[in-house]
Amino acid sequence: MNKIVANAEEAIQGIQDDMTLMLGGFGLCGIPENAITALVETGVTGLTCISNNAGVDDFGLGLLLQKRQIKKMVSSYVGENAEFERQMLSGELEVDLIPQGSLAERCRAGGAGIPAFFTPAGYGTEIAEGKEVRMFNGKPHILEMALTADFAIVKAWKGDRMGNLVFKGTARNFNPVMAMAGKITIAEVEELVEPGELDPNTIHTPGIFVQRIFQGEKYEKRIEQRTVRQKEA
Amino acid sequence: MLDRNSIAKRIAQELQDGWYVNLGIGIPTLIANYIPEGISVEFQSENGILGMGPFPFDGEEDADLINAGKQTITAMSGASIFDSATSFAMIRGQHIQLTVLGAMEVAQNGDIANWKIPGKLVKGMGGAMDLVASADNIIVAMMHTNRKGKSKLLKRCSLPLTGVGCVKKIVTNMAVLDIVEGGFKLIERAPGVSIEEIIAATEGHLIVEGDIPEMTF
Repeated sequence: MNKIVANAEEAIQGIQDDMTLMLGGFGLCGIPENAITALVETGVTGLTCISNNAGVDDFGLGLLLQKRQIKKMVSSYVGENAEFERQMLSGELEVDLIPQGSLAERCRAGGAGIPAFFTPAGYGTEIAEGKEVRMFNGKPHILEMALTADFAIVKAWKGDRMGNLVFKGTARNFNPVMAMAGKITIAEVEELVEPGELDPNTIHTPGIFVQRIFQGEKYEKRIEQRTVRQKEA
Repeated sequence: MLDRNSIAKRIAQELQDGWYVNLGIGIPTLIANYIPEGISVEFQSENGILGMGPFPFDGEEDADLINAGKQTITAMSGASIFDSATSFAMIRGQHIQLTVLGAMEVAQNGDIANWKIPGKLVKGMGGAMDLVASADNIIVAMMHTNRKGKSKLLKRCSLPLTGVGCVKKIVTNMAVLDIVEGGFKLIERAPGVSIEEIIAATEGHLIVEGDIPEMTF
């Protein structure tokens, strides 16, 4: 089995206008930088992007927003992006805001063959409007539907040609659940290794969830909020 | 009046040994700097880490290690890292003993609003709706009044809600208050702040019973 493709351009073959994409990452941490750059270059448009955040003005999904390639964002938190806010308030961009835990679970459910589930998150708020409410253990819950995508694009630390993935640090975040929920899942990795190099006991995403894998050409890994402390003298 | 750090310091006094704690963005993040001596707690950040440590030293930042506020962090010895679905299983499954978060408004029935100002500011709820819907023990850390001087402790929230009837305790720059049947119960005053000042800054029903001590640090 060999799921390796040459580069980002080859990996995103088949992504067409008006498709739904899932993109891993939290803020700028663990985002598929190389695939995003390649998507900008294709000029594909009308995309629905399911991603916890929308990048910053000049990095991550912000690059696709700048070029008006995104029709709709499905996210939990979209601060830190002035262009996003402008497009949303002017009505150019459709936005579906979802509680973060519900977003993660909806992706997981989509990948796990669970069509919907009940959660207490959002009960009594505007995100519960139009959703079925049911009581469990004396507490109201709302029905949330599973999410899937035409393509899920994730970023891992290491991977092999079987599609097995290992993530590093908090760059894991949404990547494993989105990897499960793509009809086609593309994984970009910092390092492609030979099968067997990854200890089977420590693989985070089993290769079955990944259809295409490539080693990213370069990683900027921009830090959004560099916060440090000083060494005591 | 307390500054942001002192609010965090006062909330840190609520921590109990062995608790798992989720700290929101802003003032709550500062609580990690004031853990009382002899107490061991684990901080969870909903982007996927338990055992979050202090900010890294200059030059030791790791782009792959951040908190939910997207700040660079370190991992404590014994930390663990997991995906977002597992993270919210901890939250929704009530494995976290304390949640501290900021708010734009809190109502006297425990409703909280902190994610949206219609037509103006729409940042999104992040993990706040999941956190407040599931946590048993929620403390709000915020200023008592907004920048225009208007009370943030209200009879009813005017902004879109994040959660209903969920807040248990509020620590502001002026006071510590519990949410009880009928309103905000004044528990402590910030040093030098009078009951009259707190009454004037609280739009919701304030319950004042007996002597109200000043906070001690």
